[in-house]
Amino acid sequence: MTYMHIGKDFTPPDAEGKITGAARYAEDHRKEGMVFARLLTSPVPGGMVRNIDATEALRMDGVLGILTADDLPEAPRPGNPALSNELTYVGQPILAIAAISEQIAEDALGLIRLDIERRPFVVDPLDSLIEGGPNAYPEGNVMRRGENGMELASLKWSTDAVESFRNGRDPQAEFTTEWSYGDLDAAFAECSVIVEEPFVTAGYPHHSLEPRTCMSYWENGRCYFHGSLQSQSAANAPLARMLGIELDQLCFINETTGGGFGSRIGPYPFMAISGYLSRNLNRPVQVRITREEEFFIGSARSGMQGWMKVGLKPDGKVAAVDLIIVNDGGSTGSGSGSSSAGAVTVVYQPTAMRFRGVSVFTNTTPRGAQRGPGQNEMHAVLAPIMDKAANQLGMDRVAFRRLNAPDSNSRIDANQGPVTSAYMREAIDMGAQMFDWQAKINQPRRNGSKVIGIGVGQGYHAAGNNGFDGIVRIGTDGKIYLHSGVGNLGTYSYAGTVRAAAEALQCRWENCEIVRGNSDLGLPHSSGQGGSNTMFTHTRANWVAAQDAIAKMKEIAAAELGGTVDDYSIGEERVFKTATPAEGLTYAEAAQRAVALGGRYSGAEYPDDINELTALAVQKIAGTGLVGVAKDNLEKNGTAPGLAIAFAEIEMDLDTGKYEILDYVGIAECGTIVHPKGLSHGMNGGGVWGMGMAGFERHVYDPQNGLPANIGLYQSKPPTFLDVPVQMRHAAVDLPDPQSPVGARGIGEPAMGCAVAAVTSAIADALGGHLFNRVPVTPDMVIDHVAQNTYNNKSLKINTF
Amino acid sequence: MNPRLTRRRFIKGVIYSSAAAMSGAGLYLTNAQSQSGAAVERLISINVNGRTRRVDVLPQETLAHTLRYKLDLTGTKLGCNRGECGACTVLIDDVTNYACSTLTHSVRQREVTTVEGLRSPDGQLHPVQQAFLDELGPQCGFCTPGQVVATVALLKSNPRPTREEARQALSGNLCRCGAYDHYLNGVMRASGQLS
Repeated sequence: MTYMHIGKDFTPPDAEGKITGAARYAEDHRKEGMVFARLLTSPVPGGMVRNIDATEALRMDGVLGILTADDLPEAPRPGNPALSNELTYVGQPILAIAAISEQIAEDALGLIRLDIERRPFVVDPLDSLIEGGPNAYPEGNVMRRGENGMELASLKWSTDAVESFRNGRDPQAEFTTEWSYGDLDAAFAECSVIVEEPFVTAGYPHHSLEPRTCMSYWENGRCYFHGSLQSQSAANAPLARMLGIELDQLCFINETTGGGFGSRIGPYPFMAISGYLSRNLNRPVQVRITREEEFFIGSARSGMQGWMKVGLKPDGKVAAVDLIIVNDGGSTGSGSGSSSAGAVTVVYQPTAMRFRGVSVFTNTTPRGAQRGPGQNEMHAVLAPIMDKAANQLGMDRVAFRRLNAPDSNSRIDANQGPVTSAYMREAIDMGAQMFDWQAKINQPRRNGSKVIGIGVGQGYHAAGNNGFDGIVRIGTDGKIYLHSGVGNLGTYSYAGTVRAAAEALQCRWENCEIVRGNSDLGLPHSSGQGGSNTMFTHTRANWVAAQDAIAKMKEIAAAELGGTVDDYSIGEERVFKTATPAEGLTYAEAAQRAVALGGRYSGAEYPDDINELTALAVQKIAGTGLVGVAKDNLEKNGTAPGLAIAFAEIEMDLDTGKYEILDYVGIAECGTIVHPKGLSHGMNGGGVWGMGMAGFERHVYDPQNGLPANIGLYQSKPPTFLDVPVQMRHAAVDLPDPQSPVGARGIGEPAMGCAVAAVTSAIADALGGHLFNRVPVTPDMVIDHVAQNTYNNKSLKINTF
Repeated sequence: MNPRLTRRRFIKGVIYSSAAAMSGAGLYLTNAQSQSGAAVERLISINVNGRTRRVDVLPQETLAHTLRYKLDLTGTKLGCNRGECGACTVLIDDVTNYACSTLTHSVRQREVTTVEGLRSPDGQLHPVQQAFLDELGPQCGFCTPGQVVATVALLKSNPRPTREEARQALSGNLCRCGAYDHYLNGVMRASGQLS
């Protein structure tokens, strides 16, 4: 299909501000009379604050006030409260002090006297699961369904069960989540190859480069809130609830955000501190946290301790997978085991599968979504395990993946539901050719201490939602205003998705203006910018809004020029009679008529099924032009999958244990390409994230004191320019998804999953098939292996060495 | 090594970095109320983006603090405030420095250039900025001013770097979004090696 805008590069309007420094992030905003708050955080991993003596602190010149947990609405427990007297990890915010400068606020914190009752703590889930082990909370270490719904409970495994698990066997123990499909025993009985392996993946912080910041102030009962979130409109309702105000009492402003990666999809807890303090003090209050505090307050990926048994039939088809995952839930208990298992069902399509899992609270940082939560760490350890199985069968690793790849008729996840479409085989073929797989695997592998490893891996994440709203406004001057409730997190999806509306309207991009970044500008209800969902979800929402605008223009034209709406077409920013194109109205004239007509044409009336936020938005812009507004009620049947495959060539130095990634090819299977440069960013950026998971990033905690041991960028290191290939290559299948008007699905998360899988696959290949079953793979692990020292990768230790 | 980065200058930089790290204690601040600076002249002139600016500077104040909060040059970003990320990279006499780890008093006789100072007087983007725009270098953009400034410095000393030389030169600038490939494309375009 030939498009005007879809599939074409453009310069997003915020890009120039980013390269000139003019772009404003939350911390760049100042307000007359603004004061600052600093947080006093927990020095202990577990405890209860029994008394706070702030007398001296509050006497200091320049100190304006204090906020404690007692000043905030009671937060659900266990959870991630803005402030807390119950301490469940080092770095947890206890109270905030507001002062006329950050330094005074910080100095005042030093004068606070706390009386803390210490509690037992634990930093490794298995150390909590084992009988007699400590629990992160007094009531327990897991969430389990009880008489009052989900509640904290103590789950213990016998010492034998934990030892069995640590040694790579099914612990035959109790879990809190379990699902299966197919006849697992019968499927294993058909297998000629069965591989059974334990695995561990590390949790680690998001490290968004902009430390999170918020600033708020109140005027006439309304809160004006500058934030640093991934999402725009998705923030309004939860933030209003957090502040105890109505939706129309909140103006949320978030023009630019310095990364999120899952940690800022919705309002983060300490945003409440700015809101409450600014209301209490009647002054603008800014709260920003340091890089170090990002480690604690910023949330993190959940680590996994697991076991897996995989069976292949003689033809290479994956017949059966039995999977156990113990998630490190940190202080929030959040784990993604079921999502990890779901990813296995998608990528390898096993005939039968069972998943058993439990997420265990530990006294470590809160856990939350991080780029492909569950799926990507699964891909990291899954790829080498599957390689081992394929190798045992004597099957080429790419051919094996092609045989088991999902297509549009595939069923996925625990419920074995349908997909909207899937073209994984096409992606595999494209990637194998681009990477030159056959030549690469047949090249000489050893040169002195250097050895070449070739890897292949896949990624998956559900990548599309539905039911959100779109708004398109045509001004009386003919200008097209594309209202976007999508956050500006760096993917340019706020701009890419409104191109669907421009496409539908067949208008010049130069005549379009994107309205965004401030809810008072009238922004529609939108999904959170997480889960790779934005492209699918909001190209649909923008499309239906544009269709509404087109329908209204045709109605106006038919009423004025005669005939029925079916007699009219659009083009060149006119609505005209198809048979006699000279008869028609310009978009500007149609908008002028709409303003005169009022009602649904001008936004004075709007559909009943749109979200309250969208209704408020339409009220703000009513009468300023022709308003197209609609909820996405298009058909959606099945999961919209984001799929990717990557190939990596590494050169590992067996003397140092380090490896260089010499070549990297990532192939996206995300439907139609909407914005080529945006896709390039997604694929390459995801690739870099995957390389970080494979080789560098992890939490380390001191098990004796519960203290985090690596709280600097250089200690839990994101990849630098020197850790990734000099040049990265990518491409996309570019086949449309039939359930998107422009054929698009998302790709942000699979782009990382395929990369980490390809690199871990290459590492195993370089070492003759040795499986570490762990990420990150660090040079010391390689050296130990080469030196034939026993690297203890079956202890399943997590967060510690 | 950059020929302008002498051993003496490097050692001085380390000393300043240590001082800044100690005084900042991980905070994005220095403040008049809590620190006395009686021994050091506070009202000083510094040359920023070709203009002489009079500014009240505390002894322990970092250049990043002065630029952002006293001169409203917020293009210089603070990603870590301890010399790890490079988001605050500025030019001091055409040499890249982390503004978070440089004391403002140390640049009194020097020329400071921030990302805001790169445009030509008629408002034209600097060729590096234009190249980064053409290649859509940024993702979230928070590291971008630092990447732009580091590239400007690179191309002054090496007008036609290889891709390998470019990544070495920019390796002090983290990009969490992983836009490295795009930035390198920007360097290649700015140096006339990519059309």
